[in-house]
Amino acid sequence: MTAGRSLFDKIWQRHAILTRPDGAVLLHVGRHLVHDGSRAAFRQLAERGLTLHSPSRTFATADHYVPTAPTAEVAPHRQEMIAALAAHAATHGIACFAPGDPRQGIVHVVGPEQGITLPGLVMVCGDSHTASHGALGALAFGIGASEVAHVLATQTLWQSRRPGSMRITVEGRLGNGVAPKDVVLAIIARIGAAGGTGRVIEYAGSTFRAMSIEGRLTVCNMSIEAGARAGMVAPDDTTFAYLAGRPFAPQGAAWERAVAYWRTLPSDADAAFDADVTLDAAAIVPMATWGTSPESALPVDGRIPDPDREPDADRRQAMRRALDYMDLRPGTPVDAIPIDRVFIGSCTNARIEDIRAAARVVAGRRVRVPAWVVPGSGLVKRQAEAEGLDRVLTAAGLEWRDPGCSMCVGMNGDVVPPGAHCASTSNRNFVGRQGPGARTHLMSPAMAAAAALTGHITDVRTMLAGGA
Amino acid sequence: MQPFTTVDGKAVALDMPNVDTDQIIPARFLWRPRGDGYGGLLFHDLRHDAGGAPKPGFPLDAPAAEGAAVLVAERNFGCGSSREHAVWALADAGMRVVIAPSFGDIFYSNCFKNGLLPIVLPEARCAELRAALARNPGARLIVDLAEQTVTGPVGVNDGFAIDRFPVDPLRRELLLAGEDEIGFTRRHEAAIAAFEADYAAAMPWL
Ligand code: SF4
Repeated sequence: MTAGRSLFDKIWQRHAILTRPDGAVLLHVGRHLVHDGSRAAFRQLAERGLTLHSPSRTFATADHYVPTAPTAEVAPHRQEMIAALAAHAATHGIACFAPGDPRQGIVHVVGPEQGITLPGLVMVCGDSHTASHGALGALAFGIGASEVAHVLATQTLWQSRRPGSMRITVEGRLGNGVAPKDVVLAIIARIGAAGGTGRVIEYAGSTFRAMSIEGRLTVCNMSIEAGARAGMVAPDDTTFAYLAGRPFAPQGAAWERAVAYWRTLPSDADAAFDADVTLDAAAIVPMATWGTSPESALPVDGRIPDPDREPDADRRQAMRRALDYMDLRPGTPVDAIPIDRVFIGSCTNARIEDIRAAARVVAGRRVRVPAWVVPGSGLVKRQAEAEGLDRVLTAAGLEWRDPGCSMCVGMNGDVVPPGAHCASTSNRNFVGRQGPGARTHLMSPAMAAAAALTGHITDVRTMLAGGA
Repeated sequence: MQPFTTVDGKAVALDMPNVDTDQIIPARFLWRPRGDGYGGLLFHDLRHDAGGAPKPGFPLDAPAAEGAAVLVAERNFGCGSSREHAVWALADAGMRVVIAPSFGDIFYSNCFKNGLLPIVLPEARCAELRAALARNPGARLIVDLAEQTVTGPVGVNDGFAIDRFPVDPLRRELLLAGEDEIGFTRRHEAAIAAFEADYAAAMPWL
């Protein structure tokens, strides 16, 4: 009797070109995404005098270095990164969404939106949040510059061994005001920032089956914050409905054939996983982080833990260091943490549903602290404007900007001032991530919007109930 | 790439878990060309205050750490972003080996492409090594890739041992030979072409 195969097993086996006796696998890459931080890889290719192996499998968009205000003056070194991408794309004949193109945006927003991301594919990108694309049932993971060059030159990637597997099952309905971001923060708080290291996570259970593609993208996006190589959700009718008619998705007869194949991909009932974790959706509440690792996520009604009660000496020291950097004290209620800035954006939470969620909270109210909304792509921006969300947001005092990575990483110059506490819908609260000295608190778009209204972390459920 | 065989180098300890790649090299430096060298930017914001002035006390800045080639770190070292610049910064600063209980996956993989050897040793052994290095600043470790051993600390009479470490055979082979991975893969061109023909027939929509 052979054990059943998981979604991951099926994609892995289908893309193995060859397997060496020592277990190393040469994996075929179905589609490859590049961005304006990929210059070094193109240079490596040029230094070797190589051309692109599969231009039609390669897609480019500018995101990390692009300005998010039309009037912004772009520093020459940033302009150079953006121009280099366009030049390399032109040289090699790659589809490229440059600034000004309505399709331009954050690579992990653009891939699904354009139907570049498809179920059953191996997808890679020189960016750690490539795991996002697993939301559509692809095996997608981030790689470094040398590996990007390798994929550009060969359309393949060596994997020296098969990653382990982990299934995270969440069952039940999420409460009002509880978002996919809260689910993934609760998962990371449970398994830790290295809980998924060396593994591919499959998110299973009724909570994910009921979740939109936007929500699944948020969850898969943060797989890397649990240390995992990739995160994925089995493709289903929600996936197919999302993809139908997208520019780079199959059309007509090819669509029917593709869907028939995609329906064979979900994990077999008896598929084995190296680890299994289960959470109850009803027990998940809005979350926020207090420290400098995504694992420092707490329920909004929690209190900052006391390092003196931490038995492990290294962890104790790490907690003290985080408290010091964040200028916070043990025992402080999470909802008493002050907020000076708000950033709603990034590949984690800059899709249309995220913007709708933020608009719903601030509608008819007024923000107390500077708050930005940075849509994930030109098309998200357009759609939000067509729905009138930009007017709701600006009427409440938020700033409505142009698409890009922006304050998630600050590479384009959008940074949080030193010492300021920022409620951010991005994925990393590392020391200095949003700018030197910046203090990041990760949360959902609705929670960030609530914090913008009050100037401190706030349980968004009280606002949805008409309180505060 | 230069072959990696053995390293006999001064070792330095870094007692911080979850050192992410933003700490190893902050994002604002990533636009700089590779050729400019990243060594001076290694752990930049841990070694400088907000105004850019040097902050005292960082282990790599101790006089005894001068010329160190081996870093003994804590769990989940190199977690976070895929930026290969983190490896460039370590390599350009003279590091040849990083030893830790665990690594961020992408960082781990990036190391091999740049002649930097990441070694996983048990958490308790890493802690012992870091403690021994703290007691004996400037002590050396000897790393032999062919034998897959870490020996030391040498030059002091304190906790000396020979540890065996695991490494994937293909990565070991390429590093020992100093072989370029793209060149190596291109020798499999026939297999790639055959795969692609079959793949295109099965999935004509791609
Ligand atoms: S939004 Fe942030 S995490 Fe996402 S790709 Fe851009 S910089 Fe990376």
